[in-house]
Amino acid sequence: MRKKMNTIDLDFYYGKNQALKGVNLGINENEITALIGPSGCGKSTFLRCLNRMNDIILQSRVEGRVLLDDVDIYQPGVDVVELRKKVGMVFQQPNPFPKSIYENVAYGPRRLGLHNRGSLDNIVEKSLRDAALWDEIKEDLGKSGLSISGGQQQRLCIARVLAVEPEVILMDEPCSALDPIATLKIEELMQDLKKNYTIVIVTHNMQQAARVSDWTGFFLLGELVEYGKTSELFSIPKDKRTEDYITGRFG
Amino acid sequence: MEMRKTFHEHLREVKDEVLVMGSMVEKAIKRSIESLKKRDLDMAHQIIADDVKINRKRFDLEEKCIELIATQQPMASDLRTIISVLSVITELERIGDHAEGIAKIVIMIGDEPPVKPLVDLPRMAEKTTDMLRRSLDAFINRDDDSARKIVGEDDEVDKLWDQVFRELITFMAEDPKTITRATRLIWVAHNLERSADRVTNICERVVFLVTGKMEEIGASKY
Repeated sequence: MRKKMNTIDLDFYYGKNQALKGVNLGINENEITALIGPSGCGKSTFLRCLNRMNDIILQSRVEGRVLLDDVDIYQPGVDVVELRKKVGMVFQQPNPFPKSIYENVAYGPRRLGLHNRGSLDNIVEKSLRDAALWDEIKEDLGKSGLSISGGQQQRLCIARVLAVEPEVILMDEPCSALDPIATLKIEELMQDLKKNYTIVIVTHNMQQAARVSDWTGFFLLGELVEYGKTSELFSIPKDKRTEDYITGRFG
Repeated sequence: MEMRKTFHEHLREVKDEVLVMGSMVEKAIKRSIESLKKRDLDMAHQIIADDVKINRKRFDLEEKCIELIATQQPMASDLRTIISVLSVITELERIGDHAEGIAKIVIMIGDEPPVKPLVDLPRMAEKTTDMLRRSLDAFINRDDDSARKIVGEDDEVDKLWDQVFRELITFMAEDPKTITRATRLIWVAHNLERSADRVTNICERVVFLVTGKMEEIGASKY
């Protein structure tokens, strides 16, 4: 299996506080990797290192390497905007822009210089279709992105990411603000999306990690304790700490 | 720290109930041979009646396991425990059926004169119930080494079965009048032999519980 991304001895510091300790993890292309662990274990920090979302945090520091297609994304000269186009992100709270549904999706391509209305129309439709939202809102493209349900807003945010044709999609607790039906729709959508994209998801919901992912990494106190096939990690974990965490003998 | 106290208490209760069911089955096998030795038809009828309770226990435990899976989403060793319980109680229920089968044969034999003194059949029953009790201890203690050892001991039961079979065939060959009675004893021995095989299946579940691996440990000769 080809590794789309790789981290090598990745350390991350918030000031003096070391949040990631020597993480080595390979992310398989066209598969879903889930990151689990208790609050403060470093899983979200790790996710945000994958598209340099932590750059803006003052006094933070990265050591080690993060490779995207074997190129270090932290090396000088890397265009961060270009990086984030390739490695898009979906957040915990749906965060559509206070614009129309259409403009939300067209925003990225416009910023990248595309202004042809026909091309934009095509991208908007394709992105909304790929995000499994088109059929629900095709008559309402002019409505505010904030006027639709939470689950629809989250899929709109996914469509917004898809519009700039990313290669990797990072999802940080994408369903924690959604009801169970909206959650299942996102989970189903992820299975469709992985055919064309590589997905990394951080989730507090272990059952969700077990349901959606092909690979799972368990973080604890900034360390990657165990990384393996999801089917094995949740049935026969190798590390006692993983076993204790997923069976609830931990806290 | 224990984060899922209630769930783990339920799981402990299930395991305790497996032990209760195990002792019901063990008692059934022991009493079935006792009823054969003493020609105690009342006891044989009682064993048949008690098998209904064993079957009920199995269904109750099965329902409990399904409920825990449905409501608690067990993971890792908790999941393996529940899956193992589902197999173990099926094996126990079938061993109970073997005991019931022996009791039915005892009723068929009635007050016919004995073919021979019973020596090896009680030994088979003793060995089988000993293996059964220890297999359930191994299950509760998650002791896969003991489980593997118990599987090896099935050879002893197989040898006894072989011996009983040959001996009874000899009786039949020498005196055809014994054919019906000797055949019935062969059925008894066969029930015991199958019971011991089922104990080895329980042992395989212990190994799965501990290692997560499904493996056939020692295929029985029969």
